Amino acid sequence: MTQPAIRVVDLSKEYHIGAIQKSGRTLRQVIVDAVSGPLRRTAKLLRGEATGAAELDVTHWALRDVSFEIPHGDVIGVIGRNGAGKSTLLKILSQITEPTHGFAEIHGRVGSLLEVGTGFHQELSGRENIYLNGAILGMGKREIDRKFDEIVSFAEIDKFLDTPVKHYSSGMYVRLAFSVAAHLEPEILLVDEVLSVGDVTFQKKCLGKMNQVRQSGRTVLFISHNMATIENLCSRTIVLQEGKIAFVGPSKDAVKFYLQSMVAREQPTEGGLADDNRWANPEHRKHRSPEDVVSYTRIEFKNPEGETIPFVRSGEPLVIRLHYCARKPITRPSFGVGISTEQGTLVSYVSTWLCSVEIPVLQCGNGFIDLCIDYINLMPGSYFLSVLLGGMGPIFYDSIDRCTVLTVEETDFYGSGRMMSPNQSIMLLPCHWEPFGPTEENGGAPQNLQIAGGAGPIHL
Amino acid sequence: MNNEQLSVDPTDQTVNGTTVTASLDHKPENAQIRRIEPSRGWVSLGLRELWSYRELIYFFIWRDIKVRYKQTILGGAWAIIQPLFTMLIFSVFFGRLAKVPSDSVPYPLFAYTALVPWQFFANGVSLSSTSLVSDSNLLKKVYFPRLALPISKVLSGGLDFLLAFTMLLLMMLYYGIRPTAHVIWLPFFLFMALTTSLGVSMWFSAMHVQFRDVQYAVPFLVQAWLFATPIAYPSSLLSEPWRTIYGINPMVGVVEGFRWALLGTHTAPGPTVLVSFLASIAVLVGGTFYFRRMEKTFADVL
Repeated sequence: MTQPAIRVVDLSKEYHIGAIQKSGRTLRQVIVDAVSGPLRRTAKLLRGEATGAAELDVTHWALRDVSFEIPHGDVIGVIGRNGAGKSTLLKILSQITEPTHGFAEIHGRVGSLLEVGTGFHQELSGRENIYLNGAILGMGKREIDRKFDEIVSFAEIDKFLDTPVKHYSSGMYVRLAFSVAAHLEPEILLVDEVLSVGDVTFQKKCLGKMNQVRQSGRTVLFISHNMATIENLCSRTIVLQEGKIAFVGPSKDAVKFYLQSMVAREQPTEGGLADDNRWANPEHRKHRSPEDVVSYTRIEFKNPEGETIPFVRSGEPLVIRLHYCARKPITRPSFGVGISTEQGTLVSYVSTWLCSVEIPVLQCGNGFIDLCIDYINLMPGSYFLSVLLGGMGPIFYDSIDRCTVLTVEETDFYGSGRMMSPNQSIMLLPCHWEPFGPTEENGGAPQNLQIAGGAGPIHL
Repeated sequence: MNNEQLSVDPTDQTVNGTTVTASLDHKPENAQIRRIEPSRGWVSLGLRELWSYRELIYFFIWRDIKVRYKQTILGGAWAIIQPLFTMLIFSVFFGRLAKVPSDSVPYPLFAYTALVPWQFFANGVSLSSTSLVSDSNLLKKVYFPRLALPISKVLSGGLDFLLAFTMLLLMMLYYGIRPTAHVIWLPFFLFMALTTSLGVSMWFSAMHVQFRDVQYAVPFLVQAWLFATPIAYPSSLLSEPWRTIYGINPMVGVVEGFRWALLGTHTAPGPTVLVSFLASIAVLVGGTFYFRRMEKTFADVL
């Protein structure tokens, strides 16, 4: 049986997070503490115990009894909410901090990338920083010499090689920093969320580089908040929750598990996401009829199974449930929903009337209607929802502008594994590419295209 | 809509891995096994690992030297100006006004010869005692033997030492004093200055991580140490056995050794130098063990 690249057994890390506030201290105690404190601390210091800021009673287990094995050549993702212990795990594995108990065994040369540009010096030139940063990340001088040209061309900073980095634009700085890091070639690579740097073009290059690393058979442990990246790069993923492993499995399942656990957590507080202030504030209700015969009461986002969800992922179906309260029966009402971008561009507007859905009469009392969207083809981001309730002819009973926010999370919509840039566009096209090649008068016959990789569009 | 952003597809040909080069030569055939676990009690010095990181130390030294005199007008001249002006002040106040004896050597030369190794020691200690905190970002993000930081700070003072030492040779030429045959011992005294400086730096830099008091105490301490070392005055003012006991301050042996080797004073070698040598080794060994012991808390405390 082959040995795993990384074996982690019962790994735990305890942090001291702050002193219990001692209440009701007398002046005498304060003075006594001031005198005896330094002596006590010195004594502790000589015993080699933690003192100063660490001399505190309240502790927090950032990582608790975590065990797993990673075989050689696997790319493993680690996801979890902030404070779940992801970074602590990486810090222990890269030997920056010691575990409190448990151990980890690493078979092979390790390179860790917790941050790009660590150790960059503002006063030194790009050329000098490449050597310095390379050495800090564990490369030898000869290794850097060999990769130097590659690093420079990858970072696209040829012209500014001898300029101090303090004069660099932030984009150039980050590109150079990532470029050095990307040329690290250890057997085992530990990476903490560093791909989200630079502009769109550069991000693509970074992702390409990561794919290369994956295919060169190296072992990678990769932390990210970007679910699409995790799904595409990592074969398996670990979900950490409050310092413990909550789930280990194929990345798709892990991401699903993680998102569901987020929903479970957010449900009680957010209650369907409706922004109460906007509902209460009449300013946002443009066309409210004076008699107040019917009005919207709240909006819920649901999945087709009827579960309330805090956000939707691109490519997935969404049910928008509009709750209303009618005080008089209304004949032939029309419900309308508008989706606009944060900048205010109206992306789409639909209504029951437009879809020729006939509602003969709306009875008194509370009720709801569902708008079912087959799949959301919006780019990841936040969108505003506006709702409208009209009647026959130019009658508006209720209309609330931007009453709630619809959050769309990123997925691999086109099934290609390639990252989309936010703000690059608004809409995702449900589409595919078909025959390719010269036309007949040019002496050829178009052929069908091959899809290079990935699982194919997820909405098909 | 930005056309530039949309037309980037051709650049990522490698995304789907058409260029699988150098694959599979990262197999673990001779993989070293690294076990990460909590350390208990006194830990080993890890000198072998430190040696394997010598290139990093070299790059740290190189960085410090490159950066030290950036954006200064006088640049490297500061390495000479500092001891030279201290020498001038000492010559006026101690040599002229207080008529402090100088072992029958011209007082300026007497003081400067002592100030050259002293400056190396004092600068090394001042710079390295804050080295862990000033590079805390590195400590929290990258692994390397932490000893590399104070060591490289002390060693980076070597260039300043060379410049100041060249000035010393010029002064000797001016005063017409030829070095004695004892000059072959000079590397030994230099080594003593280095061990003392490294040892004290280990103590202070490791303490500074937890007690920021260190950064306020060090300048004061260095100044007090300056007067506790026979720089402005000769140790021949003391009689035995006090002179030997005085050697507990390792810089006494260094300073008197420099004078003996270069100027031919009669103060060394002797039991004083031996005591100083043992003291400097004790400081270094103790400091290194203390540093290694505290090392595990650095990343959490910073």
